[in-house]
Amino acid sequence: MSPTQWDFPVELCCRPMAFVTLTGLDVVYNAVHRAVWDAFCANRRADRVPISFKVLPGDHEYPKCRPKRTSYEWYIPKGILKTGWMNKHLNLVPALVVVFYELDWDEPQWKEKQSECATRVEIVRQSLQGRNTKVAVVLIQKKTPLPPGEDVIASERAAALCNACELSGKSLFVLPHTDHLVGYIIRLENAFYEHAQTYYYTEIRRVKSHKEFLNKTTHQLLFVRHQFKIAFFSELKQDTQNALKNYRTAYNLVHELRAHETNILEIKTMAGFINYKICRLCFQHNTPLDAIAQFRKHIDLCKKKIGSAELSFEHDAWMSKQFQAFGDLFDEAIKLGLTAIQTQNPGFYYQQAAYYAQERKQLAKTLCNHEASVMYPNPDPLETQTGVLDFYGQRSWRQGILSFDLSDPEKEKVGILAIQLKERNVVHSEIIITLLSNAVAQFKKYKCPRMKSHLMVQMGEEYYYAKDYTKALKLLDYVMCDYRSEGWWTLLTSILTTALKCSYLMAQLKDYITYSLELLGRASTLKDDQKSRIEKNLINVLMNESPDPEPDCDILAVKTAQKLWADRISLAGSNIFTIGVQDFVPFVQCKAKFHAPSFHVDVPVQFDIYLKADCPHPIRFSKLCVSFNNQEYNQFCVIEEASKANEVLENLTQGKMCLVPGKTRKLFFKFVAKTEDVGKKIEITSVDLALGNETGRCVVLNWQGGGGDAASSQEALQAARSFKRRPKLPDNEVHWDSIIIQASTMIISRVPNISVHLQHGPPALTNEMYCLVVTVQSHEKTQIRDVKLTAGLKPGQDANLTQKTHVTLHGTELCDESYPALLTDIPVGDLHPGEQLEKMLYVRCGTVGSRMFLVYVSYLINTTVEEKEIVCKCHKDETVTIETVFPFDVAVKFVSTKFEHLERVYADIPFLLMTDLLSASPWALTIVSSELQLAPSMTTVDQLESQVDNVILQTGESASECFCLQCPSLGNVEGGVATGHYIISWKRTSAMENIPVITTVITLPHVIVENIPLHVNADLPSFGRVRESLPVKYHLQNKTDLVQDVEISVEPSDAFMFSGLKQIRLRILPGTEQEMLYNFYPLMAGYQQLPSLNINLLRFPNFTNQLLRRFIPTSIFVKPQGRLMDDTSIAAA
Amino acid sequence: MAVCIAVIAKENYPLYIRSTPTENKLKFHYMVHTSLDVVDEKISAMGKALVDQRELYLGLLYPTEDYKMFRKLHNSYTDVMCNPFYNPGDRIQSRAFDNMVTSMMIQVC
Repeated sequence: MSPTQWDFPVELCCRPMAFVTLTGLDVVYNAVHRAVWDAFCANRRADRVPISFKVLPGDHEYPKCRPKRTSYEWYIPKGILKTGWMNKHLNLVPALVVVFYELDWDEPQWKEKQSECATRVEIVRQSLQGRNTKVAVVLIQKKTPLPPGEDVIASERAAALCNACELSGKSLFVLPHTDHLVGYIIRLENAFYEHAQTYYYTEIRRVKSHKEFLNKTTHQLLFVRHQFKIAFFSELKQDTQNALKNYRTAYNLVHELRAHETNILEIKTMAGFINYKICRLCFQHNTPLDAIAQFRKHIDLCKKKIGSAELSFEHDAWMSKQFQAFGDLFDEAIKLGLTAIQTQNPGFYYQQAAYYAQERKQLAKTLCNHEASVMYPNPDPLETQTGVLDFYGQRSWRQGILSFDLSDPEKEKVGILAIQLKERNVVHSEIIITLLSNAVAQFKKYKCPRMKSHLMVQMGEEYYYAKDYTKALKLLDYVMCDYRSEGWWTLLTSILTTALKCSYLMAQLKDYITYSLELLGRASTLKDDQKSRIEKNLINVLMNESPDPEPDCDILAVKTAQKLWADRISLAGSNIFTIGVQDFVPFVQCKAKFHAPSFHVDVPVQFDIYLKADCPHPIRFSKLCVSFNNQEYNQFCVIEEASKANEVLENLTQGKMCLVPGKTRKLFFKFVAKTEDVGKKIEITSVDLALGNETGRCVVLNWQGGGGDAASSQEALQAARSFKRRPKLPDNEVHWDSIIIQASTMIISRVPNISVHLQHGPPALTNEMYCLVVTVQSHEKTQIRDVKLTAGLKPGQDANLTQKTHVTLHGTELCDESYPALLTDIPVGDLHPGEQLEKMLYVRCGTVGSRMFLVYVSYLINTTVEEKEIVCKCHKDETVTIETVFPFDVAVKFVSTKFEHLERVYADIPFLLMTDLLSASPWALTIVSSELQLAPSMTTVDQLESQVDNVILQTGESASECFCLQCPSLGNVEGGVATGHYIISWKRTSAMENIPVITTVITLPHVIVENIPLHVNADLPSFGRVRESLPVKYHLQNKTDLVQDVEISVEPSDAFMFSGLKQIRLRILPGTEQEMLYNFYPLMAGYQQLPSLNINLLRFPNFTNQLLRRFIPTSIFVKPQGRLMDDTSIAAA
Repeated sequence: MAVCIAVIAKENYPLYIRSTPTENKLKFHYMVHTSLDVVDEKISAMGKALVDQRELYLGLLYPTEDYKMFRKLHNSYTDVMCNPFYNPGDRIQSRAFDNMVTSMMIQVC
């Protein structure tokens, strides 16, 4: 866009930099000069001093300085700020003029050159007459200078040159043209910068010095002007703090000016400029809150300063510009690192700018609606002699006139007319849309989706006003879904209404129909008369006629649209429109509902389609079709009703396909499912409802799944929550809300009509061939075929169970690992009605625990559904949980020959192994036989014969066996010595003859064998008799390879007298045996302690008497004396 | 004086909305709708800060002095909710609530 009257001047918006001109450089033809210039202006990064350079010829004429005013007494200013002033100090009046001159210190023609240089300086001084601009000289030299002080000629000549040019030493510079050009240049420009700052400092002082001459009555404008100038010079001096301070003062002074309709524009313009500078500097100083506060204050102060009512659009244009400029400043600050927040970001300012632009448009529309015959005034009152205004914000036809009275009202009228006519040519929409799109970009960035949508609606509407309907529709269509999904129906309706107008004006059939459908729907908040009108239009369109124009449309646009519609009618083809409704809220609602969540394959699948219209008038549809995931069913679910195009609204209540508004219509369908679909889901994938017919135009509403549109899920939720009682309806009618969509159903197999019985005797015993009798009986009316049995462990249980469970049909042989856990599809043949069959099944369970067994019987049967013959596969299954238990517990213990419990056995000393078999089975067990298999290390003392053959054990009974064993010395074996296995062969007592015997192998425990150095055993009779001699012989066997020293003593006992060695010490050679003979003489009857034998082995102190007592008897039963024998025994004594 | 009073469901659709009849209704609807952006942001910020989740009052979107107004409106809203015949989520159609809103819109604050 070209800059308009309202745009801020470039010189206001730029960053003011010190202005320095370079003269004496021939940048076109002289390569050295060119290089010097490039070093000055190329690559000016932020770290270089802020100077704007310009190359000018040495004799350049600078703007003339006006003669100094000695008194302000009679001076009356004509305006606040001249339009050229800022530019003058930015680009025309330099702070410093640099004269470049090629001169080496050892120049042979020094005198001539010196005076030429002086002349050049003089020329520059001439053209700067009256200004404080500094002059400096730079000598471009070919030689590298010597360090200061060493070159005597140089310092002499430098002094002479300064003298000749009337320069101070500080203003003469040397630029050796060597390798380090850029370095020298940077040093040079830093020096220039200092001179420039001094210049601006003096300028500020100069302006300030005027102040004392001013008086408050006539020089109000000058106060503002001077303050502004001081601030601007401060900026040029890069003293932004003072600049800000002075701008603030200037801002306050502007508002102190007496405002009147004639000068209000000038005041506002200047206030806007100063405000812009203040905000800009605040952002620069990283005090954004100050900027915002200043801007708010500015808007509050200026909001009401509208000025001339006839030109009030100018005020809005100005306001819009203020907001836009602030938005730009804010945005720029963000780009430089400022963080904005959701509630304070540039978007709001752009939005306000757009708002004022819209206001401007409205005002312009009412104020500038001159008749076409009104001509633009001639001569143009807006033209000035120079083409620009002298002062900012003044009227071109009365520049510099400060009087509040209009001297020439006629001229004023013409001027206003000219402005109004110019305003008429402004493309407001373009301005508004640009501002809105700026705002949209900002709100998108600061997470305001709804604000963004709102602005996009405004953009769409603006495009509509600008007659760019395509863009309008695109924007509106884009945001519609946001409002729809959040349920803001009022807003949606408003957007749809605009969209409908756009689509009408473009004669976009599909869009027109879609928007109409939704505007007629329940989400629309339109009044009924509007809905009626839209419905009528929709039907017209479907009958291939033109709709009536939408209200409030531009008359010219309507004419174009009518032509377009007429063209559409004559156009053939593409007259069927399919519209997916899931993304909007159409005026027909649809719900599909299967009667049940599953259907048996031998009954027809039934479902209803419910339809309800929300439009004001009844409407007739031409066709309804339902599609399924299995497309073969589609053909069965179509309703078509032939009607003529013009009957859409007629025959109101008759016919299935005529929907009465507000009433729910139920359409019933049924079909027979295919047997292949047993176990599968039948799903309604879509419902298509056609409106209109193919001869005219036809709209197909397409519901995905079992119906429902953008609003229905929320409605269903609300309906589900509600516990409001619904009014009673006639029997055949239902409440729409109470219908719940059921879009899929399962096809399941026909109900079997057979019985399956299982007979068995739980629990099962480990490893036995457990018998399960399956009885299948048919209760079908006809013969069933292909009966198959699947039986065994139910899949899906613990994997270990599968390994340890085996199933077979043959019980006569034991099954091993190779048998499966589940027998599948055992053909059993056919069964006639009422027939029964029996099948024996044997299960062998290797581990205890419970198992689930499955018996599954499948068969085929022919049946008829809806006069269709189908073959149904039916099945019935039974599961049973069987517990497996151990048949018996086997306990094994080792005892000494004295039946004393042994923790360890002693080498070569016989001991007893006792087995105890306790039946744990609830059923009687027959022990067929048992066997003891000894490990090689064990030997038997007597014969190993089973003592429990063919014993029958009832529950809780036990069978014991006892074996006498001996273990030779083996040395020290870690963990004991293996004993062997105990093998039991058994079966259930109730089992049939041919059922094999089960062998259970029990591994006998290991036993610890210990060697003892001395084995003692006693020979004594089984009982004694009082006063009868009782001979006892002790055998002492040395089991070691050593000679044993043995101390033996026999302690006396009250019950016995005895003869023999009472205390002895003897030696026993390795492997030999010593016998000790005693003759005990019992004195008392009864169970008596024998005189205890104490043996002490000198080499084996561990061999204690406790140990000894294990081998030898410690007591004996003494019978009383027989009567008959009395005398003889006395005699013997 | 209040110019527009709205109650919004947690799914962001209006349960009740009324504005002064003299001004453009749509303008207020848009204003209420766009202010939900700030509500959304506040709610998501609250989740982050792990403040006491039982405190459901978000505070004022923009500062105003009419704190009492919220309490009054909220009390009336609670009354609506307590009505056993009101189904939470339905648009509010209560005469008492209506009257209260009217009084708030007329009242000069």
